[in-house]
Amino acid sequence: MNLDSKIPEGPLAEKWDTHKFNVKLVNPANKRKYDVIVVGTGLAGASAAASLAELGYNVKAFTYHDSPRRAHSIAAQGGINAAKNYQNDGDSVFRLFYDTIKGGDYRAREANVYRLAQVSVNIIDQCVAQGVPFAREYGGLLANRSFGGAQVSRTFYARGQTGQQLLLGAYSALSRQVAYGKVKLYTRSEMLDVVVVDGKAQGIVTRNLITGEIEKHAAHAVVLATGGYGNVFYLSTNAKYCNVTAPWRAHKKGALFANPCFTQIHPTCIPVSGDYQSKLTLMSESLRNDGRVWVPATKEMAERLRAGQIRVQDIPEEERDYFLERKYPAFGNLVPRDVASRNAKQMCDEGRGVGATGLAVYLDFADIIKRTGADSVAQKYGNLFDMYAKITGENPYEQPMRIYPAVHYTMGGLWVDYNLQTTIPGLYATGECNFSDHGANRLGASALMQGLADGYFVIPYTIGDYLAKTTPKPVTTEHPAFNEAETAVRTRIQQLLSINGTRTPDDFHKALGHIMWEYCGMARNAEGLRHAKAEIQKLRREFWSDLKVVGVSEDMNQTLEKAGRVADFLELGELMIDDAYNRNESCGGHFREEYQDELGEAKRNDDEYAYVAAWEYVGDNQPEVLHKEELQFENVKLTQRSYK
Amino acid sequence: MAGSNPNAKPMNLTLKVWRQQNRTAKGGIVDYQVKDISPDMSFLEMLDVLNEDLLRKGEEPVAFDHDCREGICGSCNLFINGRAHGPEKGTTTCQLHMRKFSDGDTITIEPWRANAFPVNKDLSVDRSAFDRIIQAGGYVSVNTGGTPDGNEIPIPKEIADRAFEAATCIACGACVASCKNASAMLFVSAKVSQLALLPQGQVERKSRVENMVAQMDKEGFGACTNIGSCAAECPVGISLENIAILNREFLAAKASSNNLA
Repeated sequence: MNLDSKIPEGPLAEKWDTHKFNVKLVNPANKRKYDVIVVGTGLAGASAAASLAELGYNVKAFTYHDSPRRAHSIAAQGGINAAKNYQNDGDSVFRLFYDTIKGGDYRAREANVYRLAQVSVNIIDQCVAQGVPFAREYGGLLANRSFGGAQVSRTFYARGQTGQQLLLGAYSALSRQVAYGKVKLYTRSEMLDVVVVDGKAQGIVTRNLITGEIEKHAAHAVVLATGGYGNVFYLSTNAKYCNVTAPWRAHKKGALFANPCFTQIHPTCIPVSGDYQSKLTLMSESLRNDGRVWVPATKEMAERLRAGQIRVQDIPEEERDYFLERKYPAFGNLVPRDVASRNAKQMCDEGRGVGATGLAVYLDFADIIKRTGADSVAQKYGNLFDMYAKITGENPYEQPMRIYPAVHYTMGGLWVDYNLQTTIPGLYATGECNFSDHGANRLGASALMQGLADGYFVIPYTIGDYLAKTTPKPVTTEHPAFNEAETAVRTRIQQLLSINGTRTPDDFHKALGHIMWEYCGMARNAEGLRHAKAEIQKLRREFWSDLKVVGVSEDMNQTLEKAGRVADFLELGELMIDDAYNRNESCGGHFREEYQDELGEAKRNDDEYAYVAAWEYVGDNQPEVLHKEELQFENVKLTQRSYK
Repeated sequence: MAGSNPNAKPMNLTLKVWRQQNRTAKGGIVDYQVKDISPDMSFLEMLDVLNEDLLRKGEEPVAFDHDCREGICGSCNLFINGRAHGPEKGTTTCQLHMRKFSDGDTITIEPWRANAFPVNKDLSVDRSAFDRIIQAGGYVSVNTGGTPDGNEIPIPKEIADRAFEAATCIACGACVASCKNASAMLFVSAKVSQLALLPQGQVERKSRVENMVAQMDKEGFGACTNIGSCAAECPVGISLENIAILNREFLAAKASSNNLA
């Protein structure tokens, strides 16, 4: 397979404009003859569905939620980056591009990232026009805050609920098109397969989650905007329903899956409190602007603290180790996420962790509260502090928060070219569900930016190029490929229902999550990965022989939904292990213990691994085939990342 | 495993849960016992424990809506001991923790009750009426592209903050469930206020409020009789002031469309 990234010729800064001129256009009168399916209604999906409908295409939008507004984009807290340079602090499109490439540890495609930085400024304008209530200065202009991995202040925000406000903006645009009849909305509909006709994506098969009905839908093109797969770890900051099923089904129909092992572990989450834990809650990275991260300077002190012999307030200033400020004086508490996470783990590995389990570090607001007062802190972070207090029963205004890294985002995803098209013609992937912009590590406040960039400003152009070359003849579900896909979906559901074993889907999911976190989490090594691969294969066999699901398919059945998603995670998990094993280097969120320098910093191997690893499914229980897209860096110099 | 409060003792509870097979079936309360519930568990994690037990016994787990489990998606919607989202003020069901209950407690769990929110199954209800109200006008009609620079629309901070407060509604439906008339006024008013306060919302200010209110009535929500239980029970603190704004906006719109203004 030839992986053609279709990066336009010409200088970096002109590629997107040149491309927009060169793509084929669908004439306005013909647009209504094309149907486009959009799966997922988070930032990437809702923005794409609305924008495509505004252009005149007929859109069918699908979500498994009861409303598009529930998508997990809604939970994003901190903000959205844009190269507006409103703060006059030296920001520019090139700087945002540069920070993103560097933050991603030089494993992202230059051309895509530059385009992302270019359109970032349009996103803010679009959202403001929709009535998104961004934070304002007293003069009425937009406010900014700082985020990790950058030395300029370019993050736009709406208190600690930026994702909510941006999603409601996109949802409102989508709702308007639903009212106009240009978008047909299918809620509580889960996509269970992609239909490929003559090598092109032409539809999907869905299950209505209320009635259990299996439906076939045809279109001229299909856009997947179904988010990330962090829930493969069971515990993550993702919402409970987040899953890999849509992209995984596409993968098994021929779409390559890129860099699956690149997962982001977010440094500031509320630590696990018990084995009943169902999810982890993020405390926004924006808290690191004002919170200081520390652990006791000695193991002995940490032990006494954990045993309850002393209280955190009893630890004198000189006995506190502000390890990020100590090790990275230039960026301090605002180092990128992978660096902050690894350092927290290192402190806990040294026995200096805090909290009952010892798997936590402090995030302390005492200084800022002393400096500006509790009211001003509440103004900035009130909802986050409240959430922390509800979950832990502790008051963060009076004692430091306890935080620990948790799985948060997946940089890997379906391989796409510059047009966001997967290796199946007519099948596109946008937002977190593709791999394209964040390399091996995503910077804070860049996920919202990418989701909206893809949906509002990229896909409306690039999908037109494909459709213009496709006949506008109506598409139907008559082709045998639809019946084949439907039969496969039904067969699989019956299989899940008929095993009648003893273990629940959650039970398997937890077991999988444990393997992934232990061996393919914050640190990985070859031996552990080999072990994990065998463990997952064993677990998958047990799943298909000992799963317990009750109820029927022709009804609302949340256990059945869960079982199908866990089955796909069990396959994805193994591919992540293979990918992590293949990549003999440390980069970004992928830390292979064999590849570190004497100070414990990640050691990249640009000579051998400056490529995108794109995996091809070739059959059940067959090793997937690796394809490489070599990354060309013409505008930035590859250097060891340094935040010191 | 120890949590934030290692001394807290596990609890045994009696649950009285609404079970209903589907939209048309007759439902009823079924009693369950759950044991060894940690006070650090969230309410939904306690239900997870119940569901895993049921499943292992070969019984159908209790269907309920949930997703983000951090209080922002608005999916969770349980009526606990007669109150929307349970006893803790300003808290969604998913953020309610079991430390608010005591060993030996009996907890009644029901779905939202409103004609406009039919039950799908057990505790899951259909809130698509809310989507249709937004579709009737809860937006600013701008297409993608061609919008002015963000800073060309200056907005006083106080106005932006008030609009933001209104915009934080999570559309969970607690306001409807708490209202004796099953009125959706708080939900509708939150969106109307947000856009009426902002300059971007001025162009369609009148048609928006008229269309959204008309759709609200069409969906079968009740009338507002100014009791205020909606705002008292709202998990995200949407203010009753929004209803006053809605009433004013609605009157102004009606007056001008009847040429009375």
